[in-house]
Amino acid sequence: MHPVVKTVLERLGLGLATLFFVSIIIFSAIEMLPGDFGQAILGQAALPETVAAFRQELGLDKPAYIRYFDWALGAIQGDLGTSFSGRNASGADRSAEVVDKIAPRLWNTLFLASMAALIAVPLSLILGILTALYRNSFFDRSVNTATLTTISFPEFFVAYILILFFASLNQIFPSLANVDPDTNFGERIYRTALPAFTLTLVIVAHMMRMTRAAIINLLASPYIQMAKLSGASQTEIILKHALPNAWAPIATVIAFNLAYLVVGVVVVEVVFVYPGVGQLMVDAVRTRDIPVVQGCALIFAVTYILLNLIADIIGIVTNPRLLHPK
Amino acid sequence: MKNKKDNTTLLQIKDLKIEGFSDERWHKIIKGVNLELKRGEVLGLIGESGAGKSTLGLAAMGYTQPGCRITGGQINFDGVDLTKRTDSEKRKYWGNRMTYVAQSAAASFNPAHRLINQTTESTIRAGLKKQNEAFDEARALYDALNLPNPETIGERYPHQVSGGQLQRIMTAMAMSPNPDLIVFDEPTTALDVTTQVEVLAAMRDIVKTYGTAAIYITHDLSVVAQMADRIKVLRYGEEVEEAMTRKMLKSPKEDYTKSLWSVRSIQKPEKKSKDIILEVKNVDAFYGSFHVLKNINIKLPLGRTVALVGESGSGKSTVARVITGLLEPKIGSVKFKNRELPPSLKGRTKDQLQKIQMIYQMADVAMNPKQTVYDIISRPASFFAGLTAANLRKRVVELLEQIDLDESFIDRYPSELSGGQKQRICIARALAANPEVVICDEVTSALDQIVQEGILKLLGRLQKDLNLSYIFITHDIATVKAISDEVVVMNEGEVVEQGLKSEIFSPPHPEYTELLLSSVPEMDPDWLTDLLKARNY
Repeated sequence: MHPVVKTVLERLGLGLATLFFVSIIIFSAIEMLPGDFGQAILGQAALPETVAAFRQELGLDKPAYIRYFDWALGAIQGDLGTSFSGRNASGADRSAEVVDKIAPRLWNTLFLASMAALIAVPLSLILGILTALYRNSFFDRSVNTATLTTISFPEFFVAYILILFFASLNQIFPSLANVDPDTNFGERIYRTALPAFTLTLVIVAHMMRMTRAAIINLLASPYIQMAKLSGASQTEIILKHALPNAWAPIATVIAFNLAYLVVGVVVVEVVFVYPGVGQLMVDAVRTRDIPVVQGCALIFAVTYILLNLIADIIGIVTNPRLLHPK
Repeated sequence: MKNKKDNTTLLQIKDLKIEGFSDERWHKIIKGVNLELKRGEVLGLIGESGAGKSTLGLAAMGYTQPGCRITGGQINFDGVDLTKRTDSEKRKYWGNRMTYVAQSAAASFNPAHRLINQTTESTIRAGLKKQNEAFDEARALYDALNLPNPETIGERYPHQVSGGQLQRIMTAMAMSPNPDLIVFDEPTTALDVTTQVEVLAAMRDIVKTYGTAAIYITHDLSVVAQMADRIKVLRYGEEVEEAMTRKMLKSPKEDYTKSLWSVRSIQKPEKKSKDIILEVKNVDAFYGSFHVLKNINIKLPLGRTVALVGESGSGKSTVARVITGLLEPKIGSVKFKNRELPPSLKGRTKDQLQKIQMIYQMADVAMNPKQTVYDIISRPASFFAGLTAANLRKRVVELLEQIDLDESFIDRYPSELSGGQKQRICIARALAANPEVVICDEVTSALDQIVQEGILKLLGRLQKDLNLSYIFITHDIATVKAISDEVVVMNEGEVVEQGLKSEIFSPPHPEYTELLLSSVPEMDPDWLTDLLKARNY
């Protein structure tokens, strides 16, 4: 087997193992939350028998490890269980499948994340390369200062500033990003523009500075001096001689930021009233809707592991030592 | 390509001055050097580290390293003063009419591209040839340079070929645009002697065939003697002397030039000894599944020096790791004064640890840069001898005196010492433990000739005064002759032979010893030619 295939399979296996441990942690963490769902829903006045019956109905009376395996086996098959919410003391049951609750939200989140990524990743790479090319110039310093400024402000502040300039003073974009499954594609892009810009401003600095640093770090290598002495121009040196050796660290930082776009954007969602997974999870925690919390946490874990796996694989396939073994 | 040799001047450097920026100020690196090179001529530039020879070599191409600047003089290449040209104008010369061969081929090839693309990159960029034409010619060059599989080796990546092959491919890269001038910057310094012979022969042939002018930079006079028509000696950025190669070797004018081969002049008479202080017995050792040492038997006589000679990868440093207990042998044992030592470091008593000390090649990295000389030397002195503060200081001063340094060094940091002084401090640190056996791992390899001489003499004197026994690991035959009583030749994890110095160095030799000894360059401009004839190249 080619060593790259072997390494990739190894990483994949490690990724699955990580996911397994994370799922245990998610389950146990929620298990350790104080209080009881049945008691909380039915109120302090509920009879112990009523609470017990309610718990039995939800399966909360079974031992934790059995509930974990039920949940984990379901999750593997794409069934994250049934939401607790929609039940109340009167016994009415309007509960929904967790998957049905998360799916549209996840689609919204992924849409926003992709949009932000499509702007931010090429922008940071280009800025990183340009600042490396014209390092220590006025351009380099301005870009560095500007990106550092945007990353230093809290997200909600950046969001409100954008709303002020692009929605209130000049009515170019809507200030609320309320989308629903019926919104068409063009309209969706228009409505999510401001949250996507906000996220772009927040993540560009990290990726751009890493690109710049990774390239400049390589410029001291003997093979760069060799390239200079063979008549290569600055642009050629950076694009052809430095960049191909810099992908591994750049990919890691991009993966980290993309993961953040999926799992860390609850503040931006709240500001723009955008129906994403972040808001759903916060709501679920408030209402003690444990299956939804677990489902969201699991999706976040998968996102992190998957993106880091991809970054690892990029690091491996751009390393000629691994791609072309002796 | 036709031979370009004629008697016109190709390069003329006049009163060149270069400064470099470090420690917050400008230092003079080149202090007004003149140099002239005719078409097709090879000039050797020789000097010790810091002499400015690399700076001058690069300056011949009109290039200065980042942090350096030309402050005066002219560099006339074929009638054009390069000091007055911008980088983008000089780029038309680089990789086209002038090329460069660097010291470390392994670091100087881009790991991300195939070798043939790198070989022909500048030729194609300069528009000298079309890609397939350039590729064909590169393969012809690989063939001319005696590379294996010249048709396909270019498809490989740098990490897929050996160091000696890379160095030859870099020569092919330099030859590809058929330049007027090649600057060779220590191109064989990082290679083993047996590999060096092939690379030298290949480079010399190709430069002669095409009549390319070359500047050959090295610190090794015997190497430059094989390559150059003329030799220029540099010191502290100034010219010491310049002469035709044969004349320079026969009758160097300046004392400094003579001192460049000073180590070769030390000859220690060997002494026999019957008492064996340390014995490595039937040792087999592994790194993972890699079999590094195969049935090693070495005896170290009391108060004597055993030199461990071999090329990189022969396992000589691994022997040191086994003796000190850093690597546990799979089979076999190490005996100290006829008592078996526990195989691993953890199992050894303080007393056993104290008796065997080690000195390393890179004094720089073997010392903590944040500790003073006192901290460095006093640590083993207090750990092993348990001295109190007042006695400790006395002991450190005493040790400093033993290594010919005075008390004023006691509060200095390693960065405030020269290369030779650093190695002396490392010696004092080993002595602080009161050892009986000292293992010296390539301790002089990173030092200049004159400094080497001082260290070797010091080690010799300490041996006499303290009755120390040395295991001296080196790849340099001149050093072996200068210090050893007995010699162990190693190759690919095996001992080829062990014996008294006089026995090892006089024929008949086993095949490998013969190859090793005959590959050591000599101060004779005909040495390489004769050797190649003898080997039927």
